Amino acid sequence: MTTVETAVGQAKTMVLNMGPQHPSTHGVLRILLELDGETVVKAVPDCGYLHTGIEKSCEDKTYSQAITLTDRMDYLNPLGNNLVYCMAVEKLLDLEVPKRAQYIRVMMVELQRISSHLVWLGTHAIDLGAMSVFLYCFREREEILKIFEMFAGQRMMTSYIRIGGVALQPPAGWRQAIDRFLKYMPSRVDEYETLLTENRIWMGRTKNIGYISAEDAIALSMTGPTIRAAGVAYDNRKLFPYSSYEEFEFDVPTRTDSDCFGRYMIRVAEMRESLKIVRQAMGKITDDGAIKSEAPGIVPPAREKMKTEMEALIYHFKIFTEGFSPPAGEAFVTVESPRGELGCFIASDGSPKPLRVHFRSPSFINLQALPKLVEGQLISDVIACIGTIDIVLGEVDR
Amino acid sequence: LTENSNQNANVVGGRLSSVEHLRAWDKNAVAEVVEYRGETTIVVPPELLRATAARCRDDASMQFNLLTAATCLDRHPYEPRFEVVYQLVCISRREKLRLKVRLSGKEPVIDSLVPVWPGANWLEREIFDLFGIHFNEHPDLRRIVLPDDWEGYPLRRDYPVEGYRDIPVMPLGFVKTSI
Repeated sequence: MTTVETAVGQAKTMVLNMGPQHPSTHGVLRILLELDGETVVKAVPDCGYLHTGIEKSCEDKTYSQAITLTDRMDYLNPLGNNLVYCMAVEKLLDLEVPKRAQYIRVMMVELQRISSHLVWLGTHAIDLGAMSVFLYCFREREEILKIFEMFAGQRMMTSYIRIGGVALQPPAGWRQAIDRFLKYMPSRVDEYETLLTENRIWMGRTKNIGYISAEDAIALSMTGPTIRAAGVAYDNRKLFPYSSYEEFEFDVPTRTDSDCFGRYMIRVAEMRESLKIVRQAMGKITDDGAIKSEAPGIVPPAREKMKTEMEALIYHFKIFTEGFSPPAGEAFVTVESPRGELGCFIASDGSPKPLRVHFRSPSFINLQALPKLVEGQLISDVIACIGTIDIVLGEVDR
Repeated sequence: LTENSNQNANVVGGRLSSVEHLRAWDKNAVAEVVEYRGETTIVVPPELLRATAARCRDDASMQFNLLTAATCLDRHPYEPRFEVVYQLVCISRREKLRLKVRLSGKEPVIDSLVPVWPGANWLEREIFDLFGIHFNEHPDLRRIVLPDDWEGYPLRRDYPVEGYRDIPVMPLGFVKTSI
């Protein structure tokens, strides 16, 4: 007997094209979903809509010119990108950075981590229908951007971390500004949690959604909050400390539930840990001291020196015309970005321009696991899963 | 001691280093060892890459369970032109290792590491897309960041940074010929 169900034939699945302009893909990501009713049978991500050839452009720039390009990869973590690139170049040059500059770097990168997690939390909540969290998160993020503006003169594309140190001395009044932020921020994080953590709709949309086991996560090269929610305490700040992180006391939050809810809890906990690190870094940063290493020919001389010393002027001219040439060799440096392990591989052939610059971008590699997370789930869970991987398309495509 | 010195966790206290473990397993697997700025690079013959990588992951004394990055660099015009680089991490022992394979520019083909680490899938697709290196037995080898109909491999050194599409075509009458 013919029914409506049999009349449509044997074609049980349909293909739905999600993106590249879907608002919940946080950029331009296209995902082809094969659906059986509302269940995802197969998901195939298609990226590259934001490919700008940053790695190729780096090959045609001197080492210091390429810093501004790194800001534009992961636009929610420009300071972290600066840091990993500068550390890779410093490793090639075997250049030591003054302690004070290292602490300033740590403080800035941790503020950046909070601001990145705030954007993540706000947009992820808005994707799942909680509008108000977005407004609160962006309110606090604005305060962090104001701090960045104080330090670097720029809100987002700061290029504040430079080869050999940081660009500028901390501005007048920086302690008060960060102190004020540190005073109210812990209670604001509690505020977000009151809105979401025990919210029944939030739990329903995130608990037991997008599960991945620790073995699969490692096999798929996942890093960052996604792997820590699976119970693997993999954090570069602890495992391979850089920039004096070994002197700071903080915990690496891990969970075992490994679903969207667990990843949310990890990021909230990480915001609290970052606040602790910023507080400690403030205590370690002295009022005066060097912010750049003494390396003529690599680090630009101070303005005052250039007006009195001829050598300083010559070095300044040489740095900005022909650049400097690290010895031939390769270096691979990793840092912990808000999204996971951010790596930079630089190969030098002894010329003033790099032979190859490669960025190991956590968004790109974590995105690879998306099909594993969503297959077998409902179509509305795809949005929750993309959200908790926390991708930035600028970094996925580079 | 530089800022990076803690990243060089290759210090071995009273036990064999990973290089020696690999040598003991197959003396041909280690063609060359490069130590630079505290990082260890093992150059592996192309035909032994997959076996060596699997050994690095499965050997109880090495346990490099995380393939964190893979990339390629082009030494054009020198031969062998391409160097494919794999960055491995052993999470439990806090150790890093780099495997490197040298490939000639004529026919750059290498075994895929997807059977060893499924995460190599997109990493190798990216190398294929930007360098034109083929990976044997890769399940889904197609371009990933560039459009499917893109011509050339942009990260090769003989591919110009600018002006690839805009070379003005000289009218035939102006072309100087020797005939």
